[in-house]
Amino acid sequence: MKLQIASRLAVYALIELAADPERQLSVAEIGDRYGISAHHLAKVMSTLGRANLVRSVRGAGGGYKFCGNARRTTLLDVISMFENISESEPDTVGDRTEAGAAFRQVLDEIDDIARATLGSITIATMLKLIARRRQAGAQSAEAAEQFAAGIGV
Amino acid sequence: MDHSTKTAEKPDAGRFAIRRARAGDIAAVIALDERVTGIAKPGYWSDVFERYGDRRPEERFFLVAESKAGRETRVVGYIVGEVRAWEFGSAPCGWVFAFSVDPDTRLQGIGERLLDAISKEFQGAGIRTMRTMVPRENSLHMAFFRSEGMMAGPYIQLEKDLD
Ligand SMILES: CC(C)(COP(=O)(O)OP(=O)(O)OC[C@H]1O[C@@H](n2cnc3c(N)ncnc32)[C@H](O)[C@@H]1OP(=O)(O)O)[C@@H](O)C(=O)NCCC(=O)NCCS
Repeated sequence: MKLQIASRLAVYALIELAADPERQLSVAEIGDRYGISAHHLAKVMSTLGRANLVRSVRGAGGGYKFCGNARRTTLLDVISMFENISESEPDTVGDRTEAGAAFRQVLDEIDDIARATLGSITIATMLKLIARRRQAGAQSAEAAEQFAAGIGV
Repeated sequence: MDHSTKTAEKPDAGRFAIRRARAGDIAAVIALDERVTGIAKPGYWSDVFERYGDRRPEERFFLVAESKAGRETRVVGYIVGEVRAWEFGSAPCGWVFAFSVDPDTRLQGIGERLLDAISKEFQGAGIRTMRTMVPRENSLHMAFFRSEGMMAGPYIQLEKDLD
């Protein structure tokens, strides 16, 4: 699935901020972490602000804090703020032919699965997934170290 | 999952016990299923209990969650699963095929405890993978299983209208 950059940035920013709702991060700090321009991210943050998922903290060292419900905000909720993936593609070449209609049925099947997946994964679930991946990474690094020690590398 | 925060947020969790289903629970299971799905299936549940209640208990698990208020106990959820070996060419895995929590006692961690309990049973039977099937539009079930760390597996369900 091809997503707009803004959707990705929004997901990253929410994950970053929701990991610790007490912590405030500036647009520059989040941007640095993902190698993205503060300018691009600023627009995304104001959309998330309007949706009451983040709030801006004024003053020196100002930035953003997460203020949404991480357990009830799905990836589909976030992505839908930046692009319309809820509808099937508008009329496109060949659609009115038999082959076009059959091909569309196949593509719609794929889109349905993608939407159901994005609609069932919350920001909280993403944070758990990241934690599990980190743990699995640490375990395999440890296993590799033990293996290397065992063979005297 | 961090169980310490879970318990802090869900003070009622201690009032529930998870145990194997008994014949006396089946009426409550039928009623709960009817409440959730709108269809009463007494024949189906008697059959499920007969096959999963006490036959081959080392690989078939019919668990219920029971709430306790004083001396009163009540069935507030159930989960049923079994070890299936070499189905569709797959190495043995644990299948969960029925699962519900009473709408009045949801979001108190009962679903999670039932799933944890059956996971432990599967692990005890030497199983490393647990599977289930969820209707795509059942966002509640989908969100629940995802939050419990389940991901899409290597199989895809296919079907065809037979007319
Ligand atoms: C899915 C189900 C079993 C969950 O039971 P539960 O006891 O409410 O679940 P838990 O309290 O253990 O919830 C665990 C996690 O699941 C997720 N979850 C549960 N309900 C959710 C909801 N309404 N929206 C989003 N996520 C939800 C959450 O991440 C939750 O953790 P949190 O409370 O810390 O946010 C229950 O909702 C149910 O029985 N639904 C209907 C099932 C059905 O249709 N059965 C018939 C076909 S078999």
